[in-house]
Amino acid sequence: MNLASYRFSPSHEWCNKEANGNIAVGITQHAVEMLKDLLYVQLPKVGSATKAGESCAEIESVKSVGNLYAPCDGTVAEVNEALTGDPMKIADDPYEKGWIVKIKPTGSLADNLMSHADYEKLLAEEGA
Amino acid sequence: MAALSPPTPLPIGEKRRITSEESPLSYVLNTPADQQEMLKTIGVKSIDELFETIPAAVRLKKPLDIPPALSEMPMTDEMVRLAKKNLSPDQAVCFLGGGSYDHFIPAVVDQIAGRGEFYTAYTPYQAEASQGSLQAFFEFQTLICQLTGMDVANASLYEAGSGMFEAALMAHNSIDGKSRILVAESVHPEYRQTVNTYLANLEPKAVSVPTPDGILKPEALVAAIDGTVSCVVVQSPNFFGNLEDVEALAKIAHDKGVFFVLVADPVSLGLLKRPGDCGTDIVVAEGQGLGTPMQYGGPFLGLLACKNQFIRKIPGRLVGQTTDKNGKTCWSLTLQTREQHIRREKATSNICSNQGLIALRATVHLAALGPEGMKETAELCVQKAHYAASELAKVPGIKLKHPGKPFFKEFTIEVNKPAEPLLAKLLSKGYHAGLALGRWYPALFNCITVAVTEKRTKAEIDGLVAAYREALAG
Repeated sequence: MNLASYRFSPSHEWCNKEANGNIAVGITQHAVEMLKDLLYVQLPKVGSATKAGESCAEIESVKSVGNLYAPCDGTVAEVNEALTGDPMKIADDPYEKGWIVKIKPTGSLADNLMSHADYEKLLAEEGA
Repeated sequence: MAALSPPTPLPIGEKRRITSEESPLSYVLNTPADQQEMLKTIGVKSIDELFETIPAAVRLKKPLDIPPALSEMPMTDEMVRLAKKNLSPDQAVCFLGGGSYDHFIPAVVDQIAGRGEFYTAYTPYQAEASQGSLQAFFEFQTLICQLTGMDVANASLYEAGSGMFEAALMAHNSIDGKSRILVAESVHPEYRQTVNTYLANLEPKAVSVPTPDGILKPEALVAAIDGTVSCVVVQSPNFFGNLEDVEALAKIAHDKGVFFVLVADPVSLGLLKRPGDCGTDIVVAEGQGLGTPMQYGGPFLGLLACKNQFIRKIPGRLVGQTTDKNGKTCWSLTLQTREQHIRREKATSNICSNQGLIALRATVHLAALGPEGMKETAELCVQKAHYAASELAKVPGIKLKHPGKPFFKEFTIEVNKPAEPLLAKLLSKGYHAGLALGRWYPALFNCITVAVTEKRTKAEIDGLVAAYREALAG
């Protein structure tokens, strides 16, 4: 998979700008492996506001609830309804079909985002 | 030989407080130095400052007046003396209600709930190690779902009042952009007070809908719901004993796009249409009438059940049935991601346990009675309460406050004298003759609710009527 255009956060989200300018957001393969059995994804309402660095969705696994932090200010343009019935779709394909929200940005991306290579380096440093 | 005289009580003697330093039994040291250190740690100057949020009117402004320690024998006498101040329903015929009722408790309830395995267990922190408790709670949930006609029930809450708040908040949090919760004034005043206390520091506000006719009129509800309302809370049978038109009220709520929360009486559900079949979204109830005696302020039992759509917002514990690695049936806590220990600051409820022993009593009680027994109990309540109402209505000076309104086991009468002194007089004749309403509804200072359970005999009811007749004639 070519993740060259993807940007990664230290809290294990990815984001990727789509052709129409919206930013797709999901969680990384590493996050999927840490969370193990995904049970439920609490999606935001389309049209609700997002703020960079603040939670815009929740991902529940057996023993934890994780936040999905938005990479930018904006509004929720789309949510991945397919995840409501089957959150494990994220685990099957975290970078494409497993997207969680798409944000119509009003600002630039948070400045702590990194390239795939740097993210891999971070994981290696963390001993993952 | 001198006649035996009763032993004179031990002199109370000089009052002397045992300080924590000198008491050999003190496990928690609380010396002035300890206090100063604790205050300093949390950044408060004095104990008075620490308690500033507690209204001054309810603060004790002197040290607790604790007499010196007693040995076991005089202590036993003292406890017996104190216990005798309470006039239990065994000693005076009980027509009290208002949320706590004198229903019969089959012996099997105490027998099973009194077993050490259940009786001594505190809420299990490694829950799955206590399969017996989990099985009992799973059965409890199943029975509550069957009784209420709802999809899912939790493993119980503390009592109906806080349960009503939890239900209202669940509904409120399931709908965006609303600011008010409507509560019928015919709902138990103390439940409403509990909700207001919880809401004091939260966003939504509870608003009362007046019920001058003793029920919430459908047109009053229609008028009260505006765009700011998230849910409607109604109690049936309500605090006055009257049955609300639950189906009509639920329909109004749903037509207006708001949720419908019902406070029910589980004993009435042996006869009445189940809340789930009347369009209720979330039902709560006081479960004391299911196997737990009336005793001061509790313990009580909060029942909460709801439609599937609210499952992720249910407070408290939820037990599921599954199979272990050998394929054997077993039980586990489920949906724990709703709970505080996982959700942390995002948790919407601080309930993280359940009312284990009292829920167990309800489970045994429901299982012992079965659907037939529940129906029979409810029928007896209805028949006896209606007999009592019709007889009381014949007494000069008494009239039914809400004549013609359907009721279950409790009803409101209006007397031609202030209620409180009248009830005191009747108590001296051996009757807990009812509950005066003036405490909560000043305009109803001469109104009394009378509750009649299946335990009351015709002779007791006739005795009550005669006692009222005599007291009002005098």
